Amino acid sequence: MPTVTLTVDGQQVTVPKGTTVLEAAWKAGAFVPTLCHDPELSKPGACRICVVEIKGARNLPASCVTEAAEGMVVETASPAVVEARKTILELMLDNHPEDCLTCHQAGDCKLQDYAYFYNVKPGAFGGEKKNYEIEDDNLFIVRNMNKCILCGKCLRACEEKQGRAVIDFAYRGFKTKVATAMDKPLADSVCVSCGTCVAVCPTGALTEKAMIGQARKWEVEKVRTTCPFCGVGCNFDLNVKGGKVIGVTSNAAAPANGRDMCVKGRFGTDYIHSPKRLTKPLIKKNGEFVESSWDEALDLVASKLGEIKTKFGSDSIAALSSARCTNEDNYVMQKFMRAAIGTNNVDHCART
Amino acid sequence: MTNSFADYLNTDLFFVIGSNPTEAHPMAGAKIMSSVMSGKSKLIVADPRRIELAEKADIWLQLRPGTDIPLLNGMMHIIIKEGLHDKKFIEERTEGFEELKATVEKYTPERVSELTGVPVNLLYDAARLYATTAKAMLCYTLGITEHICGVHNVMSTANIAMLTGHLGKEGCGVNPQRGQNNVQGACDMGALPNVYPGYQAVVNPDIQAKFEKAWGVKLDNKLGLTIPDMMDGAVEGKVKAMYILGEDPVLTDPDANHIKKALTKMDFVVAQEIFMSETAKYADVILPGASFAEKDGTFSSSERRVQRVRKAIEPLGDSRPDWWITCEIAKRMGYKMDFESPRQIWDEMASLSPIFAGINYDRIEHTGLQWPCPTVDHPGTPILHTQSFSRGKGLFKAIEHIPPAEMPDEEYPYLLSTGRILYHYNITTRFSSALDAHRPEEAAMLHPADAATLGVCTGDKVRVTSRRGSVVTKVNVTDKVMSGMIWMSFHYRETPTNELTVNAFDPISKTGEYKVAAVQLEKVV
Repeated sequence: MPTVTLTVDGQQVTVPKGTTVLEAAWKAGAFVPTLCHDPELSKPGACRICVVEIKGARNLPASCVTEAAEGMVVETASPAVVEARKTILELMLDNHPEDCLTCHQAGDCKLQDYAYFYNVKPGAFGGEKKNYEIEDDNLFIVRNMNKCILCGKCLRACEEKQGRAVIDFAYRGFKTKVATAMDKPLADSVCVSCGTCVAVCPTGALTEKAMIGQARKWEVEKVRTTCPFCGVGCNFDLNVKGGKVIGVTSNAAAPANGRDMCVKGRFGTDYIHSPKRLTKPLIKKNGEFVESSWDEALDLVASKLGEIKTKFGSDSIAALSSARCTNEDNYVMQKFMRAAIGTNNVDHCART
Repeated sequence: MTNSFADYLNTDLFFVIGSNPTEAHPMAGAKIMSSVMSGKSKLIVADPRRIELAEKADIWLQLRPGTDIPLLNGMMHIIIKEGLHDKKFIEERTEGFEELKATVEKYTPERVSELTGVPVNLLYDAARLYATTAKAMLCYTLGITEHICGVHNVMSTANIAMLTGHLGKEGCGVNPQRGQNNVQGACDMGALPNVYPGYQAVVNPDIQAKFEKAWGVKLDNKLGLTIPDMMDGAVEGKVKAMYILGEDPVLTDPDANHIKKALTKMDFVVAQEIFMSETAKYADVILPGASFAEKDGTFSSSERRVQRVRKAIEPLGDSRPDWWITCEIAKRMGYKMDFESPRQIWDEMASLSPIFAGINYDRIEHTGLQWPCPTVDHPGTPILHTQSFSRGKGLFKAIEHIPPAEMPDEEYPYLLSTGRILYHYNITTRFSSALDAHRPEEAAMLHPADAATLGVCTGDKVRVTSRRGSVVTKVNVTDKVMSGMIWMSFHYRETPTNELTVNAFDPISKTGEYKVAAVQLEKVV
């Protein structure tokens, strides 16, 4: 594979031809912030936060859309670069709500991180601020377009990952906004609530409705697991706080799905804590289910199955195992039927 | 699946037949949608409904329900007639081509068009496109299998893939997207009446001896009962007791009234469940299992990938992991199953199953592994049949059209077909407050012409009656279904669609014909 060697902050780095300056700089260990860049999406080079200084270039190019070239000399943190980044952040912050104290995204917000890192505070420019109503009328996603920085990752993910293109930029200039066709609420659009836009949003513009107010980002323990619904085998992170699953977030390392999910995987696991969950063994007495201890229920099952086995033979007992339960649950079930009951009468819904 | 989900990004053509992935397998659907939308891949869809993918398709074959075999035979007829078949692949990798050729010879485009309702020119377009695209991937789901000729439908998909050399290669294959999260795994683990874990036949004496030694007990060498046979056996009084783990046959098996009769007739029914399912209501004892978030273990996906399920919280209330409960019953019946952890269970299983022998929890920590994986240094198998098929050469099967068991007639003039919708997954999602609030009730799809005949609009109610049962549902008037057809999901206990479906099964797989039943419709005032 052909390679190029360039210098980043005085350090030589060799990368495959075609690599962007951004990727080369990251490889060299440099800190280069990004907002609109996403390794899995197309590259609009829109936000300019990743600008660097390249010797001989007329201006400060966006590193995410500039190809690394042989002999290039790159500065990622020169005074000109830092000033440009700060100005971009100042412009963003002056058109952004100052509610980090109560923002759900606080602690996992790129705008907040970069403002902190570059010590940028609101008020440099002042001027008009967006003032959209918060869109809270669907069951899954809350859209606060006042927090949108127009990076466009949501609409690229919608088109390029989900193949839908439900949203796009609408209007012009200061009024530019990410919107559905005719700027209708998501609930009135062809959106299928997969939430991939939420997964890629770098700020608090898009949030999972059910998780708002449940936990600060840093309080959440993430447990990677496999989705309990269809057979694609998506992986995701259960978000846990205080012994309770409060929601689901994407995990980019998921082999079948990456950060993409569907409405069920992302928003449907609240059944775990449904008040309708069965939490006690139940024995039917006189036609009514009555709570029992485990010992009483297990002894009853063992003795009844034992009786029937003795009286009518092993083949008078059958089991339905479960395509919803784990491999280990299924292994144990078929072993139980074959070894403890003595029959091959075990099946599951693969056929029905 | 012969190939992998990652491979969806490598194909140049999807041929989707009997599958609605943007609703039933959304992340598979998303890969197809985005690939087609970007211009990377072309798309052929064969489906009676104008599903979302049909609207994006280069070619949509709107076949009549239950005519998949004639459609595929007709496409193969054209492929052979035009010399577009892969002669080298057929010669080197397959046998039975002459028999296939003789059979599909009879399926002329004109005859196939008459049987399927698909215009002749579209048959030619689809056959040529599939045969001449080097990387062409066939995807199917329950629209293929849930027929009395389901096995023959599947064989027909294999026929056309072998005929065109679209097997054992990147971006190709025959790819059934499996229904449930772990339906692949439940099969893999031997929760089937004919095989031990790893698809080892119960009738094979060597295999039997191996498991007898490992489990320290004498084992039965005759085939067990399939679910339909168990239910029939219960009604006949031969099956006296049933232990039902995480399954709701009353709502999800065909001909629900037959299932209820079976459950009522038995002496003893145990349900191990996380919710009071319609089936659990018939139980004598209900044992509360733990949900997937409360236990460790593994699921195996459609692409044969074994992946970790991790315990995130403690089991709710007094619920327990399912494996623990079953082991406790065994212990109390005098058979010791002293597993301490799911890892230990997996290791015992893998030690007895050659295709899983190389898979262990340490190896699947990050990305899982795709079986077959016979040794711990084996990388897993993303694409099957690259060198040879399981039996050596791929065998073409000459297959004739088998019409559905019950077709509309004067008395029951409409055709009922069933499936899943995006916002629900079988019965569990009804317990998700957000999903249930979003789609709280059935909305049967009905063609505008039929709606006009019945005098109903979207949101009105109709009574749907078959020879087996009768339910009331709201309707969604849409031309996404063909005239003469009503389409319903099976998620709603308030509208138990499977009281209508036909008690007819594929004789080999014993899969019910959920996709075709004859019904009457009347407006409910």
